[in-house]
Amino acid sequence: MLADKYADRIETAFAKYPTKRSAVMPLLYIAQEEYGWLSPEAIEEVASLCDLDPTQVRSIAGFYTMYRERPKGKYWLQVCTDLACALKGADEFYEQLLEELGLDHENDTTEDGTFTVEHVMCLGACDRAPMLQCNFHFDPKYDRLDMEKARKLIEEWRSEAKKK
Amino acid sequence: MAMATRILLRELDTPNIHKMDVYMKNDGYEGLKKAIGMKPAEVIDEVKASNLRGRGGAGFPTGVKWSFIPQTEPVKYVVVNADESETGTFKDRQIMENNPHQLIEGAMIAAWAIQATAVYIYLRGEYWDVAAGLDKCIAEAEKKGFVGKNVLKSGWDCPMYTHLGAGAYICGEESALLESLEGKLGQPRVRPPFPAQKGGGLYAEPTVVNNVETLANVPWIMVNGAAEYKKFGTEQSPGTKVFCLSGHVKKPGNYEAPLGSLTLRQLIFDEEYGGGVPGDKKVKAVLPSGGSGPIIPATDEALDMPLTYEDMQKLGTILGSASIIVMDEDTDIAWVAAKVTKFFKHESCGKCTPCREGTYWLDKVLDRIMADQARESDIDLIANIAKNMQGVTLCALGDFAANPIIHTVKNFPDDFKRHVGETAVTAGGSARRGAAAPAGD
Ligand SMILES: Cc1cc2nc3c(=O)[nH]c(=O)nc-3n(C[C@H](O)[C@H](O)[C@H](O)COP(=O)(O)O)c2cc1C
Ligand code: SF4
Ligand code: FES
Repeated sequence: MLADKYADRIETAFAKYPTKRSAVMPLLYIAQEEYGWLSPEAIEEVASLCDLDPTQVRSIAGFYTMYRERPKGKYWLQVCTDLACALKGADEFYEQLLEELGLDHENDTTEDGTFTVEHVMCLGACDRAPMLQCNFHFDPKYDRLDMEKARKLIEEWRSEAKKK
Repeated sequence: MAMATRILLRELDTPNIHKMDVYMKNDGYEGLKKAIGMKPAEVIDEVKASNLRGRGGAGFPTGVKWSFIPQTEPVKYVVVNADESETGTFKDRQIMENNPHQLIEGAMIAAWAIQATAVYIYLRGEYWDVAAGLDKCIAEAEKKGFVGKNVLKSGWDCPMYTHLGAGAYICGEESALLESLEGKLGQPRVRPPFPAQKGGGLYAEPTVVNNVETLANVPWIMVNGAAEYKKFGTEQSPGTKVFCLSGHVKKPGNYEAPLGSLTLRQLIFDEEYGGGVPGDKKVKAVLPSGGSGPIIPATDEALDMPLTYEDMQKLGTILGSASIIVMDEDTDIAWVAAKVTKFFKHESCGKCTPCREGTYWLDKVLDRIMADQARESDIDLIANIAKNMQGVTLCALGDFAANPIIHTVKNFPDDFKRHVGETAVTAGGSARRGAAAPAGD
């Protein structure tokens, strides 16, 4: 249960706002972190914490692209293919990355559940194109990528995933 | 050294300015101390006198915006717009990562000026790490008495909180941002009432919404005064500006300079800035304000125009947030239009028909054009769809989505014609799209 495991973080979120409803976004992030994605049960839990109807929470989860209503891989790779990055070859990089992992536009998650690859809109790092974000984190290692660098990263993530 | 020309990206002159002790040794929080020694109305007057203009895109005078807040209301808010999602924009991130206290101080000065009861910083969801960094800085500032209860022993309470969005460009539009902060769908509100008015702001209370870069200017103005500030820049565009340079340049990045002190040519080609185009190609076009502003052909007139709000207007475009995207001679501008249209189709919140339907149809026809299956009439068709989206929507995204079409078709008709039927085959159609300049070039 989120309410027990994340009591402190949930309380911090509620303390920020005059209404419970405003905490729905931080709470959805907590739920996603715990369960990996926003399952119907996770949505219901958040709804009851914020005194909202589950359908309201579901529409919020659906509106924002960073909430995922399908299971995802351990490493969630989001490649920016927006204009400024695309001028630097980001579209080609994204396609190559999919191919490298045996994925395509429809099947974005590897069968072993290690990787999910998505293309996203501008990430505010256009000077470092092509670039990606992994599990919402930036790192200089993910900047100015080519496939050689990407293969090294994939190796690192794979061996890290095995250790866990 | 002559007068410093950097007000915002100060980490380049003072290493570790992100640390509280370093910041404090370099005038840090002096502006807030000064402001709290003044009446709120006097602070507003000083910012008005500086003619600081909003850096979020619209260029609205900041002091004037603050003066709209009714002082008699007991609950008021300052909301910092850190949603930064326009393609080609990455300045607010650099400010928040490297000079965070200056934003916190600027937001607190704004809060004092309108006697706000709380400050919220709305960051785009992807700035997860940036928000964590800011949270630490806010906690430090609270310990020092700059934020929170009884700020600088003035008897005034004003806490500050960060809030993460979750991936929706429209939440950068101020009324959608407020909806999102209230835990609702991020869709723009019908105005009036405006955010500054009772009924129109956050939780229906009067609210000032300002961009990160705008507020980061304020401490300097308080410390040095409006008259000193106006020594930078031009009459209509005072101060310095961070120019985000991206696309086909050798050295993309953020460059700060007084408004009007640089031309586009200098910014793109000078060694100190962009260092030229990879492969020493010619520049074909420039988007001075990301994907949403009008594109301009890189004529000599355009390249030699100083970068100010008023001069960009002369070229039929806008300076906006100064997200300058450079495209070399091999770029297919029809591809650019198609790319940007996909973005707006994805980001339209769907509330008004012309924007929702318009972006859908534009995208469909542009797909046809990019597949070299276009008819000559398709070019007029997209121009007409775009014209019908202008000025009829609830928020400016409808206009933003129309801009890329109207101005690309007008300025680069041949790039579209190449994709039409027979000619597409003979002229090689969309052989080259964006470009694949190797990384790090
Ligand atoms: C679709 C849309 C997206 C916007 N995105 C941003 C943004 O990411 N950041 C920002 O500061 N302003 C953005 N704006 C402008 C804001 O609505 C608002 O004008 C600005 O935050 C005011 O701050 P300023 O006066 O300090 O510039 C956007 C506007 C529209 C219509
Ligand atoms: S113009 Fe587009 S984004 Fe703006 S409110 Fe209308 S549908 Fe939503
Ligand atoms: S366009 Fe890719 S990070 Fe901005």
